[in-house]
Amino acid sequence: MSLIKIFASWLIYTKLGFDPNSKIGISLHFFVEDTIKIYFLLIVMIYIIAIIRASLNIEKVRDFLSQKHKFIGYSMGSLFGAITPFCSCSSIPVFLGFTSAGLPIGITMSFLITSPLINEVAVILLLSLVGWEITLIYIVSGIAVGILSGIFLYFIHAEKWLQSFALKAYQQSLSKSYTPASTQSKLTFQERHQFAKQELFDIFSRVWKWVIIGVSLGAVLHGFVPKDWFTSNLGQGQWWSVPIAVFIGIPLYSNATGVIPVMESLLLKGLPLGTTMAFCMSTIAASFPEFVLLKQVMQWKLLTIIFLMLLFAFTIIGWILNFTH
Amino acid sequence: MKIIVLGSGCKKCTNTAEFIKSIADKNNISVDVVKETNLEIIISYGVMSTPAIVIDDKVVHAGSIPEKTKVEGWIK
Repeated sequence: MSLIKIFASWLIYTKLGFDPNSKIGISLHFFVEDTIKIYFLLIVMIYIIAIIRASLNIEKVRDFLSQKHKFIGYSMGSLFGAITPFCSCSSIPVFLGFTSAGLPIGITMSFLITSPLINEVAVILLLSLVGWEITLIYIVSGIAVGILSGIFLYFIHAEKWLQSFALKAYQQSLSKSYTPASTQSKLTFQERHQFAKQELFDIFSRVWKWVIIGVSLGAVLHGFVPKDWFTSNLGQGQWWSVPIAVFIGIPLYSNATGVIPVMESLLLKGLPLGTTMAFCMSTIAASFPEFVLLKQVMQWKLLTIIFLMLLFAFTIIGWILNFTH
Repeated sequence: MKIIVLGSGCKKCTNTAEFIKSIADKNNISVDVVKETNLEIIISYGVMSTPAIVIDDKVVHAGSIPEKTKVEGWIK
């Protein structure tokens, strides 16, 4: 990784002649270093993880979860949400598949809430940009939000606000179960490679532009915002900075790939960890486009409850981290 | 021959339907590719990852754009 840093220094300072102390020089260096680092890691890690994950599919996750006891179920639901990536367009069939298999609504919700928050791409970026400690805190916070939200939704009987056909499927648990043929036999390496290649292509073509956007924002913050600005204006003492950060995050719809480089920059500038974390989670999870998709299976009332619940959860997490870190 | 592509309307599902059609055309086989976006019908097949492909009321594939050889196997 330090090779990339050396390359960035050579390119920006030696070759292109920018002053290492100038704002523009610092920004460009940050941009080149982070973009190369992220692309490199994404390509290598997505491929490796996909090779391992080739035999895991969502039907198996459902079958596994439906055999679990309720309270273990929430943790497992949230955990599986973290390790199973799927794009937003499949969240509807997954949701329906879970509910129509008779899985308690809370466990399905735990799964659905954790899934966008934590995935392999997010973890790879966090590890490389902000270190393992913050990565661990992020994962634990994300899973906790998933578990607690699921339990809460179970207690308020969230299923009564599903769209009527989804509720019917939930109550009757009538769907046939389909197990993909390819998973019944052991996969050959060739098949795994094929899967990994497609997966790499899919994910990369979806996230590459977010990397550019995120790193650009991070680079501008890094080079142009004075070092003590955040600490003196949005420091730990200002309790209100956490809910504000959560609210600013709502319209800034992005996924983890775009936000984590910004997160790195904010942390380097001295924004408290809790505030940064709350901001990032709200940007990733509380996104209007995804909520509009979910409208197909849930009534507005339930969507609003989930939305407010998430904002509340992120604020609490931000406060806890600011107080303890 | 009737082939149903199940999917809630995402880009991949549209691509899958077009892909199958193009392969059938190349092989001069006439197929009827239908896209099904009704969620109630999709769950009745028990499918959780889309695009999924149904032939003769059986789900033969789910979760991705199928490979060319697989498609040829179905339509021939």
